[in-house]
Parts: sequence; structure tokens; C-alpha cells
Amino acid sequence: MNPASLQIEDVAKSYRSQSGELLALASCSIEIAPEELHVIVGPSGCGKTTLLNAVAGFQGIDGGVIRLGGETLCTPERQAEPGADRVVVFQHSTLFPWRTVLDNVTYGPVIQGRRSRAEARSLARERLSQAGLAGLEDRYPAELSSGAQRRVEIVRALVNEPRVLLLDEPFRGMDQITRDLMHEALLELYDRARPTVLFITHDIEEAVFLGSRVTAMSARPGRVKATIEVDLPRPREAGLRASARFNELLADILSLVHDEANRAFVAGDREAA
Amino acid sequence: MSRGAVLRGALGILAFLALWELGARIDAPVVGVLPGPAEVASSFADLVGSGGYWSSWVASGERVLWGFAAAMAVGVPFGLLLAINQRAKALLFPPFEILRPIPPLAWVPLSILFWPTQNLSIEFVIFMGAFYTVVLNVVGGAEQIDRRHVLVARSLGAGTWTVYRRVILPATLPSIATGAVVGMGITWEVVVAAELISGGGGSGGDGGGLGFLLWNAYQGGAIAQVIVCMISLGVAGYASSVAVRVLSERLMPWKEAR
Repeated sequence: MNPASLQIEDVAKSYRSQSGELLALASCSIEIAPEELHVIVGPSGCGKTTLLNAVAGFQGIDGGVIRLGGETLCTPERQAEPGADRVVVFQHSTLFPWRTVLDNVTYGPVIQGRRSRAEARSLARERLSQAGLAGLEDRYPAELSSGAQRRVEIVRALVNEPRVLLLDEPFRGMDQITRDLMHEALLELYDRARPTVLFITHDIEEAVFLGSRVTAMSARPGRVKATIEVDLPRPREAGLRASARFNELLADILSLVHDEANRAFVAGDREAA
Repeated sequence: MSRGAVLRGALGILAFLALWELGARIDAPVVGVLPGPAEVASSFADLVGSGGYWSSWVASGERVLWGFAAAMAVGVPFGLLLAINQRAKALLFPPFEILRPIPPLAWVPLSILFWPTQNLSIEFVIFMGAFYTVVLNVVGGAEQIDRRHVLVARSLGAGTWTVYRRVILPATLPSIATGAVVGMGITWEVVVAAELISGGGGSGGDGGGLGFLLWNAYQGGAIAQVIVCMISLGVAGYASSVAVRVLSERLMPWKEAR
């Protein structure tokens, strides 16, 4: 692992829509330290996915600069190229259905030419078994539960040893019980590998349980409201959710986000991605 | 297939043959003009012994195979191009759509002009039969690819070429397979007429193909032999479609995994 810092400075982005320019992000600044699990939480339309897409290299920005490990990653003049140093895990499974679990996990290292097929396979087996997925190597994704699919996908991303791992609401749409289990599984992987993580969600409880720091964003245009240190010890376990400190943090962030969401709700703005 | 299904299938065929025999015996309307299955069977027994029958199978089979292979070889990349490149689609799709309704058999005169040998001309007509179906299936399949698979592949370090080969191609494979199965069916429909019109193999009777053999039998008044050829074509078409399906299932083991 070579986790890097991620600096988002003054980033702005607007979209053209029928009713004119729509400012999605306005002077947005976030600093993420190496090995930090940073969660951005905000209502729909706060531009959090736009931010993640810019880091991933799927979209450009209109203002500011994003630096990875101190080096310029993207500016308004130059969109980043997608690459394995910034692997993305999306909302719904994007495992390749035509590849077995093992071949999904080896995909990155093999196509990048970083490892031989044999090396990649033994590494993948090791990582899968660490994630409690031993025995599923030769299955196809369609044969797995959604929870197992998600875990395979995170392993597939981590095996590339990305400088930053980008998670775009990866547990959205899962039932509460599976989701809680997924949180613990993710934290276990995180504690083992200590990558830098940028995690995006609209679920505040998820943000507090997972994050080292949580940035709350406002909508329309997306701005950073505040960044809060989550001073909960790691490793974190499910019982933490009942603790006083957890609920205090939850209430703090909730009040930050709620004002904004309420404003947008009243204004009746259409949600943007 | 389960044993019960095989049994019921055999029963269906037997019932069909029994009705046909009955119809032929009692001079029922329409089917009464035909020889019954028994007579056809004896004609088949005669034909089996002659080399011409089997060489007709081989001749038609080869034509179908080449025409089909050409349709796949040209149709799959062409379909992928149309699906991926908007400019190529804007340019090439309109002429494609205008040419598409032209029945393959209408290409026979031009095909004869185009190609130096009769075999090539027949293969070209077969190619025209399967080509459009293959292309349309590939375009439809490739356009429905989950875009996130492309994004995630790029995020995992794939370059443009790797995305085509390792993501777009396998993601389109199910549609390619559908196109292949349907296209293979069309090739056998076309081979008969193409052989009738092109007038046989050229090297005297033999190698004329099943379609030519059928037409020859009709002109000689051997209706039982015509029916043998018809059934042979049905069997050949069915067997080829099954072969293509089995082959494509081999290529897509993940499809059974649901």
C-alpha cells in the first residue's frame, strides 16, 4: 500500500441545463490525510458524486485543483485519466458477470501488467480468504449474495493497492442488517490495509460509524459546511452505535445537514446527481 | 433434456408420421397427392446408398458454414463499430437499413456477377441472409452494455483496447450468440433457393447440394425424393442451430450461473 494524501482545493463545477448554468460545486475544499477514511455526507444534489468522479477521472472540474500525494491530479485545464491508483467502487455491483470471483479480483493487477497471472491469483486467494470469502473463488458473481458481491468488489479494488480508494455509496439500497455487517466487513479490510479512502454517502449514521473524519456538505450549490473529527477508537464494532459519543456526533452532523436539506426541500429544487 | 421430454418429442413425431401415412392412404385433400412416409423411407434407403446424397449434404453444409462464418466475421466487428462509434453509425446505418429489407434471393443476379465461381456466389447469398441478423443483434447488445463496467475497467487500469476486448466483447457475447443462432437458421432457408437458382454444383450432379438435389428430383417427378431432401434440410438446420447454441453456451459458462 502506498496511501496518499488527497487535497481538494476550491473546486467548482457547473452543469449546463435547460434553465441555464447550474452550479453543482462552489469553492469546495477538503483535505484528506494518508490512511484516513474520509466520509463526505450530504443530501442528493450536493455534488459529492461530482467530486468523486473528478478524482476518479470520469469528469472534469471548472475551478480549483485536486492534488494526490502532493502532485496535481486535475485542474480545469486538465481532466485526470482514470487509473488504478484511484479505484472506484460504485453503488451497485459492477463485478464482471462473465468472470469468476477470482478472475474479477486478478483483473486489475493482470491488465496493468503489475503481476503475472500466477502471482495475481495467489494474492487474490489470500485477500479473498482474509475477507472471509474463501471457497467462492470459482463462482460467478450471479451466484453470490449482494453482500458477498460487495465484499468481492472491495477486495478487487484493494488488491490494486490504490493510493486512494473511492467508494460511491457502496451500500445504498441494502437492508439495514446486511448494511451493518458490510460496515464491519469494510472496517476490517480498512484496518488491515489502511488505504486512504474517500467514502460518499447520504447516510449520516454510516458516515459516523465508518469515518475518521466526516465532511458535511450543503446542496445547491454544493459547499463544505464543516468537517468533523470522529474521535471514536478503532477497531470499531457494532456495539459502538449505542454509545453516547456516537450519538452525540450523529446529532451534530444531523443538525449541520438538516438545515441545508430543509432549505433545498422547501425551495423544491430538482435533485441533480 | 429429461427422458420424459425426449419421449414426448418422439411421440409427437410418430403421431405426425401416422397422420401423414393415413392422409396419403385415404387420399385426403392436399396431403393425398403425396407419397406416404413408408414410400419416402424406401426412397431414403435408396438415396443413402448413393454417393450423391451424402456429397449433397457436404456441399450444402460447406456453403452454409462459409456463408455463416463470413457473416459472423464481418457482422460482429461491424455491429460493434456501429454500437460504439456514433459517427460511424450516423454514416453507415442509413444505407444498412435500406439494404436490409432486400431479400437475400434478390442478390442472386448480382452475386453471380460479383464472384468468379458458383460456390462463392451461393455463399454470398447465404452471407446476405445471416449478416443483417447478426449485425442487428450485436448493435442491440453492445448498446445495452452497463456503462459502469466500462468505467470500472478503466478505473482498474484498462486502456481503450483492453476495454473493447475484455469488457465490451464479453458483455456483448450473449447477443452475438442470439444473432448466431437465428442467423444460422436463416442460412439453411437461403441455401435451398440459392442452389436452385444457381443451378447446381457445375461439376455434374454431384456437389450440387441438397437444394439442387431437391429441384432435380422434382423435375424428374420423384416426389418421395423431394420429401427426403426437405426432411434432410430440416434436420440439417435444426442440428446446426443446436450446435451453435451448445457452442455458445460453452463460451458463456456464467450464463448458467443464475
